[in-house]
Amino acid sequence: MGAPLIGARIPRKEDYRFLTGAGQYTDDVTLPRQTYAAFVRSPHAHAKIKSVNTAKAKGAPGVLGVYTGEEIAAAKLGGLPCGWLITDVNGQPMKEPPYPVIAQGKVRHVGERVAVVVAETQEQARDAAELVQVDYEVLQAVADGRLARAKGAPQLHDIAPDNTCYVWALGDKAAVDAAFAKAAHVTKLDFVNNRLIPNAIEPRAANGSYSRADDSYTLYVSSQNPHVERLLMTAFVMGLPEHKVRVVAPDVGGGFGSKIYLYGEDVVVTWASKQLGRPVKWTADRSESYVSDAHGRDHHTIAELAMDKDGKFLAMRVKTTANVGAYLSTFASCIPTILYATLLAGQYTTPVIHAEVTAVFTNTAPVDAYRGAGRPEATYVVERLVETAAREMKMDPAEIRRKNFIRSFPYQTPVALLYDTGNYDATMDAAQKLADVAGYAARKKASEAKGKLRGLGYAAYIEACGIAPSAVAGSLGARAGLYEAGEVRVHPTGTVTVFTGSHSHGQGHETTFAQVVADRLGLPVENVDIVHGDTSKILFGMGTYGSRSIAVGGTAIVKALDKIIAKGKKIAAHLLEASESDIEYANGEFKVAGTDKKKMFGEVAFAAYVPHNYPHDKLEPGLNENAFYDPSNFTFPAGTYVCEVEVDPETGVVKIERWSAVDDFGKIINPMIVEGQVHGGLAQGIGQAMTEGAKYDSHGQLVTGSFMDYCIPRADDLPSFQVDTRETPCTHNPLGVKGCGEAGAIGAPAALINAITDALGVKDIPMPATPQTVWRALQQKKAA
Amino acid sequence: MAVKVSMKVNGKPVSADVEARTLLVTFIREHLRLTGTHVGCDTAQCGACTVHMNGKAVKSCSMLAMQAEGADILTIEGLAKADGTLHPMQAAFKEHHGLQCGFCTPGMVMNAVDFAARHPNASEQEVREALDGNLCRCTGYHNIVKSIVAGSKAMAGAK
Ligand code: FES
Ligand code: FES
Repeated sequence: MGAPLIGARIPRKEDYRFLTGAGQYTDDVTLPRQTYAAFVRSPHAHAKIKSVNTAKAKGAPGVLGVYTGEEIAAAKLGGLPCGWLITDVNGQPMKEPPYPVIAQGKVRHVGERVAVVVAETQEQARDAAELVQVDYEVLQAVADGRLARAKGAPQLHDIAPDNTCYVWALGDKAAVDAAFAKAAHVTKLDFVNNRLIPNAIEPRAANGSYSRADDSYTLYVSSQNPHVERLLMTAFVMGLPEHKVRVVAPDVGGGFGSKIYLYGEDVVVTWASKQLGRPVKWTADRSESYVSDAHGRDHHTIAELAMDKDGKFLAMRVKTTANVGAYLSTFASCIPTILYATLLAGQYTTPVIHAEVTAVFTNTAPVDAYRGAGRPEATYVVERLVETAAREMKMDPAEIRRKNFIRSFPYQTPVALLYDTGNYDATMDAAQKLADVAGYAARKKASEAKGKLRGLGYAAYIEACGIAPSAVAGSLGARAGLYEAGEVRVHPTGTVTVFTGSHSHGQGHETTFAQVVADRLGLPVENVDIVHGDTSKILFGMGTYGSRSIAVGGTAIVKALDKIIAKGKKIAAHLLEASESDIEYANGEFKVAGTDKKKMFGEVAFAAYVPHNYPHDKLEPGLNENAFYDPSNFTFPAGTYVCEVEVDPETGVVKIERWSAVDDFGKIINPMIVEGQVHGGLAQGIGQAMTEGAKYDSHGQLVTGSFMDYCIPRADDLPSFQVDTRETPCTHNPLGVKGCGEAGAIGAPAALINAITDALGVKDIPMPATPQTVWRALQQKKAA
Repeated sequence: MAVKVSMKVNGKPVSADVEARTLLVTFIREHLRLTGTHVGCDTAQCGACTVHMNGKAVKSCSMLAMQAEGADILTIEGLAKADGTLHPMQAAFKEHHGLQCGFCTPGMVMNAVDFAARHPNASEQEVREALDGNLCRCTGYHNIVKSIVAGSKAMAGAK
């Protein structure tokens, strides 16, 4: 056998097609008799729709159909559902206002869909969309979550008084209050976790087509989870039989959460394709993405940490207002609750924690999961508090962390999670070495000599990946299962196609999963192909989000492989005239233990499909198995990031001088891919902390609506990263894997803001810490 | 108003009647069905649409097809050898994991090839600055920068 495949830096199988322009993204799919849709969107944040006049648009060249909320209502298309029911502090269900696919009577955010025009060409559709006349009665708007519950604030939904979706809490409040009363020191912070706009470089797109021949639909869509999309669309919105709808998510140009959800556009093009008897394609331009993709974060939080005199954490109290936007997007409700408050223990033994979260509606785009989803917000709370506490207590920030690290596992946190394993000293020690913390004092001196300020910041994050198990999630309000499915199809000549319900939109599953399969079966990796993203090929799938693919999707495949090997042993035992219990499988060979009698994997596969000599009395022919895997727990990746910055006090420009990241992702299949995931996550986390921030003005206009106003990091905004890993295998899945997709985005903002505040000698600074913000903070400090 | 445009794309002469307002990227994607060139924005910021015109990288979303009249256009589909062998820059992106979702990749590679031809020994910092007009949301640029430095060397060596 060749070199081991687990842990190998194998170049990606998918790269050739992407590098040669042969990728097939949704907008690349043009069907025979294709038509094109353009949406008319609200220019107002809050308004009554008095009338929509489509006459002119209908008469424009090339126009085939114009539909408004009226047609949608008449067609009895339901609203977009929310996939997680949160129960509030009074035991009442959250408020779920209707979320129509095209606005009905009222618009509640800039960019909301008001009408759609379908025409022969995209240009004609866009031209005609400008001819749709909408008469609005403009209403007062509220965009800032902190003002949504203020007296006299404009009300968005009749069923949600005070714009409140829910007030939800977790933890033992009385115990927390008692611990605070006894504390020697309390550190308190009051900050905003800034609203982000995901900005996958491929804009959302959808192409629906209806076939009269068999009364079926096909939807090509830029989605992270085609089966979930199909289920929501058929069962909850369109009332279509699920087996008559095929959803294909072909190559997808990045998701970061924003392509998990069912969006109105997807429903509209699918529905319109039947009205017109022709396929209907819609592709967002970037301006549309800014106003209509689900945004992320947007919390206002007051957080307190109570300590004894030695810096041992006694309790944490957190109060958060989460702005969920104008409507509840697919998973909006669980992000600031289940995926946020449960992470507030971080890596520490804080014995009691209480969190209260108020989710409010505002006249802004819906907010949902964005890379990290709740966990970056939690990490920001914990790691900003801890670093600030260390400064206030005059302790070394690494030492205060070590003093409070969890060291015995499994560990039950006071906020519901059970950490199976971890080794936080290992990642902290390694990160400090990688960052050369020992040499920091000298570097700081050198900066000072140049008139610059230098700062160092840590973040020791934890995340919970592969949300599970389904039964527990269900008891907490999930309206979906959280398992994954996989199928292993061995072909008669012994090559293998694997079908996975996970979806790859940059993560490299076609390579990583092939490594897992080839390793288990002892085959060359070239003999294994991975197929994903098509409901007509894959048995089922929950898709990709929450860094779940390898831990949940990978395990489903492993379980199917186990069945393949078990069946293969039976076939081999028959062919070798041995007892099944004597057959061993390794390196692609079924062997009778202790002998040199063997059958190759390909021979067994061939026997299964050409079953002339075959145990027909005991076995069916063929070699094809599937498995569903529902994990028993989350996985808990963790790590430490150390960031070192140099600030120019004249300009406020922050330069990241060093970035050192040490992560514990458990077992690693392809380190090259894992490092790439970390780099990308770090870039988004650094973006949040330094360059990105969605801004609505007081009228609810998005003032950061393009790449020119909303700055996603460019190459020279970022440093080269030093990354390393430590390995504490997950205890409850067979691969020992944890997941790596979001870590960077989770840990980076706190590390960077900790470094900047250290350099500036200020307690806090808002994100994004742009040069202007940094410069202002310095001026304020001078003035004080 | 329809106009006739003629140019060479990936070595082949092409011509078509298009509306005068047709962008070069639309001509490439929709008329020629060369969908490797992507559109990632509407403000000439992302560079996903980068192609070569007469040997120089241009953003094909920011010019009309008419403006490429008579030009020699190279798109990502024309970069590898006819037998499928990757161009050294493409090979470097693969080797150094310079792509994830692949959406920014054609534009990155086309820009990198032009840049490397002019700066064979560029430093990482120079590469970062040269990527000012290309956005990637997946990679954090770390491996793109490594790919371009390596690809530049390979291109210089292959001459
Ligand atoms: S599509 Fe040309 S720069 Fe973005
Ligand atoms: S690889 Fe996805 S945008 Fe660059």
